[in-house]
This record gives sequence, C-alpha cells and structure tokens, in this order.
Amino acid sequence: MPEKFDVIVVGAGPAGIACAYELAKHGVNVLLIERGEYPGSKNVMGGVLYRKMMEEIVPDFHKEAPVERPIVEQRFMMMDKTSAVTFSYKGMEWAQEPYNNFTVLRAKFDQWFAQKAVERGALLVCETVVLECVVEDGRVVGVKTDRPDGELRADVVVLADGVNSLLAKSLGFHKEFRPDEVALATMEILKLDKKIIEDRFNLEEGQGCTIELFGDATKGILGTGFLYTNKDTLSIGVGTLLSGLIKHKIKPYELMEYVKKHPMIRPYIQGGEPQEYLAHLIPEGGYKSIPKVAGAGVIVVGDAAQLVNAIHREGSNMAMTSGRLAAEAIIAAKERDDYSEASLDAYRQSLMASFVGQDMKKYKDATHHFDKFPQYFEQYIPMMNRAASQMLTVDGTPKREKQRKIWRDMGSFGQKVKIARDFYRAWRVMK
Amino acid sequence: MSEPSAAAKAATIEEKQYLLRFNADTQSHLHVMDANVCLTSCPDKICTVFCPAEVYKWEEVRMHVGYEGCHECGSCRIGCPHQNIKWVYPKGGHGIVFRLG
Repeated sequence: MPEKFDVIVVGAGPAGIACAYELAKHGVNVLLIERGEYPGSKNVMGGVLYRKMMEEIVPDFHKEAPVERPIVEQRFMMMDKTSAVTFSYKGMEWAQEPYNNFTVLRAKFDQWFAQKAVERGALLVCETVVLECVVEDGRVVGVKTDRPDGELRADVVVLADGVNSLLAKSLGFHKEFRPDEVALATMEILKLDKKIIEDRFNLEEGQGCTIELFGDATKGILGTGFLYTNKDTLSIGVGTLLSGLIKHKIKPYELMEYVKKHPMIRPYIQGGEPQEYLAHLIPEGGYKSIPKVAGAGVIVVGDAAQLVNAIHREGSNMAMTSGRLAAEAIIAAKERDDYSEASLDAYRQSLMASFVGQDMKKYKDATHHFDKFPQYFEQYIPMMNRAASQMLTVDGTPKREKQRKIWRDMGSFGQKVKIARDFYRAWRVMK
Repeated sequence: MSEPSAAAKAATIEEKQYLLRFNADTQSHLHVMDANVCLTSCPDKICTVFCPAEVYKWEEVRMHVGYEGCHECGSCRIGCPHQNIKWVYPKGGHGIVFRLG
C-alpha cells in the first residue's frame, strides 16, 4: 500500500512552504515535496519579500531569516537611450520596525523557510519530481513521483509547482499558457563591497534601495528591468513578455547586457563581479488567467495559480497568502471530513475576498492594455525625457518658447488627442 | 574610457552559463517531437533566439538541444510556434542548481 498523508504539498517555494508550515502548525500530517536538491535551488525572483504577509506566517521572521536589506527607498526610472526621468519615494518609517519589505536571495531564504516548516513538523523530501496526480472517481487521491514505488496518497494535494503549473494543466484546470501570459526574466547577481553599495545608492549602513526600470531598459517592449541592493551583492534583471521577445527577435541575455551597459545603469554596477545568471518565467496573465484553484482533493496556490500582480511587482506575498489560506481551508475541511470540491472551494472564496483576489481583479486589464498599446513604453517615455531635457536645459531660450517646443514635440492635434485618450485609458485600467 | 569590469565580465551567454552549477542527467528532459517541423515549417527558429540559455542551436539540418545548460524556465514549451517541444522536469535532484537568486 502506498504511504498516506493528510496533505501532500508539491513544490517548496513561498506558497508551498507557507501552506506546509501552517498545516504542520495545526498538527496536520503534511509531506512537502521538492524537485530540487534543496528548497530554493530552482526558485528565482527579483528579490523583494514583503514583511506583512511573511509575518502572518512566521512572526518576527526578519530577526533570524537570511534577509538582505530592508528597503527604505523605491525608485522608478523612466528611461530613454541616454537619459532617465526618475521618481522616488524614500521614507524613514521603512528603516525601522515593522519595516515594509526586504531584499532576499531565494536559494538562501527558501532553505530557511522550509526548515521552519520542518521544525513545525512537516516532512520535507527533496530531489523528487511529482509526475502526475493520482485521480480516482474524479477526485485527486495522491501523487505519482519519479522515485521507485513512488506513489503516495493524501486527502488533499496542494499544487505549488510554480509558473509552469504542469500538474494543474494535466488535471484540465487550465490550458497551456500563451507567450503573452508569461514574462521571461533574466537576472544576474553581482558582488560588490557593502560600503560601495551604500555610497552609490545613498544608504545608511544596512539599508536597501530598489530601482525599477521602464522604457529603454526593455527597448520599449512591454516589461521592466530592476536593480536591487542586497548585503554585498546587487540583483540586476530584465523581464519582458515572452511574446515581446518573439515579436522583436531579441535574445534575453543580450537585453541584459544592454541594460548593464546603459549609461543610466552602468555607474551603479561598475566593478560588480558576476556571481550567478538566472532565468525564470513570471506568470503575467493576471486575473483572467487564474485557473480553477480548487477541485475534489486538490488545491492550486502561488505562481501555479498565476497569482502575480505585475504592476506592483508582487508575487511572493500573494503566494504566501494563498498557501496560508489553502491551509486554513484544508483544516476546516478536515474538521468536516469533507474534501470535495464544494468543501475546498472555501479556499477560492477566501482567496478572492483577500487582497490577492481584489488586487488581481483591480489590474485585470492592465497588462493586456499595455501590451496592446505599445506607445506608452515606445513613445511616451522618450517624450517625457525630451520634455524634461528641454525644460531643464538652460540655453537662453525663453521658457515659454521651450513650452511651445515641448507642445510641438507631442505631434499634431490628432496625436495630442490620442495621447490624452491613452492616458485616460491607462487611468481606467489602473484605477 | 576603459570598459567597466561588470560590463566586460560574463558578457556572453557562454560566460554567464559558466557561473552556474548543473547536475545534468544523462538523458534529456527536452525533446523536439518532430524534427521535420523545425526543418521545413519554422524559418525563424525562434527558440534559438528567446531561449535564455541558448539551449537550442540550429545545426544546418537539425536542432541541437543542449539540455545540460537548461534553466528549466519553460519558455520553449510555451513559445514554440508549433508546440513541437516536449518539456518535462529533469529527474529529481538533477538539472540547474541555483545557489543565490
């Protein structure tokens, strides 16, 4: 007979570990399966971990977890080829308890987090791929792994297998994703002295800064770049919709080199020693791409459920919250001894009622909009740069004449109407 | 002006891939299902462009699949215009091993 657990969680990322942690905390017999050598060995993100959602699972985690730097400033660079208009918010409330967010390196952080779940009583098994869910009489009753005699049984299987979400697909919960539903991001970790990082980014000791890059960082293709400060490394990355790379025939690592050599970026990273190069997909389909998330004996969480807010670069927090809510629904189902779809649907309901569902819904049209209308990145960001340069360059031209030049630069009357309409539309999809 | 070191180092995909640790399986987890499709129906061979690890290389008449350097991102499965790539995870414990990010 195959071994039986109360719950099997597939995938030790933020969603899966959060779920296993919560279940184990409540005495549920849970197995956490990870295909990598260790949790984190397959996991990639830019690096911002939000304090609030993590703390709802492990209070005061930052006192012992391997976090890099608390973020005190978030900058947004609207880039043209040799210039940038930069917005920023820096606040000292972020430099102290309770903090807003931290940069993390996932291979380190996920190992720590998984270990916390193990301390709570979860059983962690690594180097094991779940090949398929075992389905009997229309309900998921276990998993088949690539180990010898690899079948395992459970009342509930939680699919936290990440963006590729092969298991939910094989259950018919969603179709194969389209190239415009995923972003391909590449990242490099560059080693740099702590003090140099703090000087370059205008930081007190131990503090961190994030910079998001728009416009020329992705050569006008829909996407973003980022530059984040870790303790003694920088994480630099760039991601665009896979459909954008295909359309423009761009190699992702060449785009990375373009960003690294960009005159607005190069001074920040100068002297940085490359440590690692990473590529990963980000689910960007948004609300409309969320698959069925609860079935008989099965729940889908995290990236596997496409829970990413691309506009606010939030994902790991949504993953953790989805894992926690899944655990709550499973514990309630256990009390009823009812693992039917109707019973586990409580997870979907609480997920949709939470900030996760609400934010996904709020931005449901945003990515599609900016994908459909490339002029925001291709035209308006360069226009903004030209306007700033015109207005701030002192060359003896009277200011009113400069304003007229900027106005002319925006094109004909028809084009100005188009710009106004586009900004109204952008407000509509973001509001 | 001399080239800054960060931009000079690990500038090519080969050098970037050298930064990584792989525990390659002896068998590929990536399979081109119908080699003829690449040859006759796919002039762009777009997988050779968007794959972030240059796993796919066109060698005159056939697609070479360097699965050993795969990041397991899934782009090729989703991005192949002919859905011609069978994509599974490498055997447990195999494939790429990220140490940091």
